[in-house]
Formats: sequence, C-alpha cells, structure tokens
Amino acid sequence: MILLIILGMSLVTMIPRILPAYIVDKIHFPEWMNRWLNAIPYAALGALIFPGILTVKPDQPHIGLAGGAVAVILAFLGLNNILVVIGAIVTVFLLTI
Amino acid sequence: MSLKAVVRTEESARLYMVQKGVARGVPIMLGYLPVALTYGVLAKQAGMTVAEITLMSVLVFAGASQFMGAAMIAAGTGAIEIIIATFVLNFRHFVMSFSFMNRLRFIGLQWKVPLSLGLTDETFSVASMHTEEAKQEKGMYFYAALMITAYSAWVAGSFLGGVLGDVIPAVLSQSMGIALYAMFIGLLLPSVRKELRVGLIAVIAMLVNAFSSQFISDGWAIVSGTLIGGLCGVFLLKEEKQ
Repeated sequence: MILLIILGMSLVTMIPRILPAYIVDKIHFPEWMNRWLNAIPYAALGALIFPGILTVKPDQPHIGLAGGAVAVILAFLGLNNILVVIGAIVTVFLLTI
Repeated sequence: MSLKAVVRTEESARLYMVQKGVARGVPIMLGYLPVALTYGVLAKQAGMTVAEITLMSVLVFAGASQFMGAAMIAAGTGAIEIIIATFVLNFRHFVMSFSFMNRLRFIGLQWKVPLSLGLTDETFSVASMHTEEAKQEKGMYFYAALMITAYSAWVAGSFLGGVLGDVIPAVLSQSMGIALYAMFIGLLLPSVRKELRVGLIAVIAMLVNAFSSQFISDGWAIVSGTLIGGLCGVFLLKEEKQ
C-alpha cells in the first residue's frame, strides 16, 4: 500500500516537471511571455522565503526573521553563499540555546 | 594531433563545468542534509521501512511533500488523498520547469528531460541565477552536476535518518532549518543589488503568497505568488538580449 502511495506521489510530481521540456519545443512564446518566464525565478524566491521563514521556529516567528536579517546583511556585503547560510544557522542557534 | 587537442579542451571544459556545478550545489547540500535526516526520522516514526523512506526520496525528490506524505501515512489517510495533496503542493515545479526549460529552449531533449526531473525549489533557484552556463559549451554538465549533488545529499540524508534515527541534537537541527531560507536570500540579494526592481518582484510575490495562503492551500499560494510576482516582471524588467 505504501509502495503504491510512493509511486503515485512520484508520478504526480514528475509529470509536471517533465511536461514543459516538451512544450517549449512546440510553441513559440511572444516576447512578453518570455519576460514573464524570466521573472519567475525572482518571484519564486520571494514566495519561497516569505512567509515560510516565520516557521523556522513555529512558536517564535521573530527567530526566523532574525536569521533572515543576518542572511540579508551577509549577502548584501557580497559574502559567499555558504558563509551566508552558516551565518544564519549560527544566529538561530544562538537565539534558541 | 589537432584532434587530440580538441578532445582535451572538450574534456577540460566538461570537468570545469562539473566542478562548478558541485561547488554551487554545496549550499543546497548543507541545507538538505538536516532536512533529509529529519524526514527519515519522522517517516520511520510514521511506520515506513528504511527501503520505503529511501525509495520515496529517490522517486519523489520534493521535501515538503515527502514530510506531508509521511505524516498522512501515519494518520492513515487514503492513497488518493495523499497523491492529490502531493500534486497540489508540487505543482509549483511546473511553473519553475517552464521558466528553466525556456532558457534551455535550444538544447536537445536528451538533456532537457533528465534536467527537468532534477528540479526542486533549490536546484531551480540556483540554476536560474546561473543563466550564462545555458549558452556556454558543456554548460549542461554544470546543471547536471548541481542537481546530482543536491539529489545525492537528499537521498543519502533520508536513508541515514531512517537508519540512525535522531542523530542531530534537536536544537542544532532546528537551527539548520534556516539554511535553505538563507540560501534563497543569498541567491536573491545579488540580483536585487544589480537591479532594484527585482526586489520589488520578490516582495510582490511574498505578499501575494502571504495573503492568498489565508484562503487556499500552501501549494496554490506559492504558485499564485510566483505567477503574479512574475507577471509584474513583464512590466518591471527590461528586455533581455537573446
């Protein structure tokens, strides 16, 4: 039964991922749609960051925000992404111990 | 002689792209490991075997939906309900794949299809901030290496979580929950610094997501934030040279 669930979950996850690979070959998008698709990554990043970041510690949303603020500062200073990630982890760790 | 030289440059271009892809995959790895370990632990508690836990990571490769799936299995939810909920939660990858595949428009299907299967929130985000590789020689090796790095971390982490149980102290794994968000911020900020209007697109997407998640499921809320935020980009972003 669990195996069946896993296979079903796999199919409904894989098909939406694969379909665009075939579709972009078939149609030519107008220029405004290309701009839309080019803007999608930035919009997706926004939607993935907020409000999800509030749930890092579900009962204390400010802790996620603090970690995010440190990440913003470190990234703004132009630090490597690995250091940005480590800096945010250390911030949340210090706030929760 | 000259043929040998060509072969050698091709090989070194490939090696360079693979190394670069692995390097860009390391922050994802850092974020995935604790999440995958936690998934393994929770799924074990939900009554799944280590083989099932690992198989789900191999075949689904989408974190949030796997957590949800394990929780629903534990709660005894029906298969159809779990599968539909997974579809809704993961539908955002359809939008992301559209954007990424449009970048790879002139690349053959033998690359596009496997790369599309490796798309997650994280691999998509990193790949989309490295659009130059799509035009470079052997650039597909960059994306493949990036995705394989992330995928291995996800599968290995899930397996270890299922086998070892709670190995990371709770306070540490909780702190590491910020890792992927920090990575998203680290990816977004350099573009915002270059072009402030990119930040506006992201903020619109955040607000649409936060607002609509009051009325619809998280999966659809992220899809609507991404689509509407991106649509604003049609007016905010300048024409890009093809």
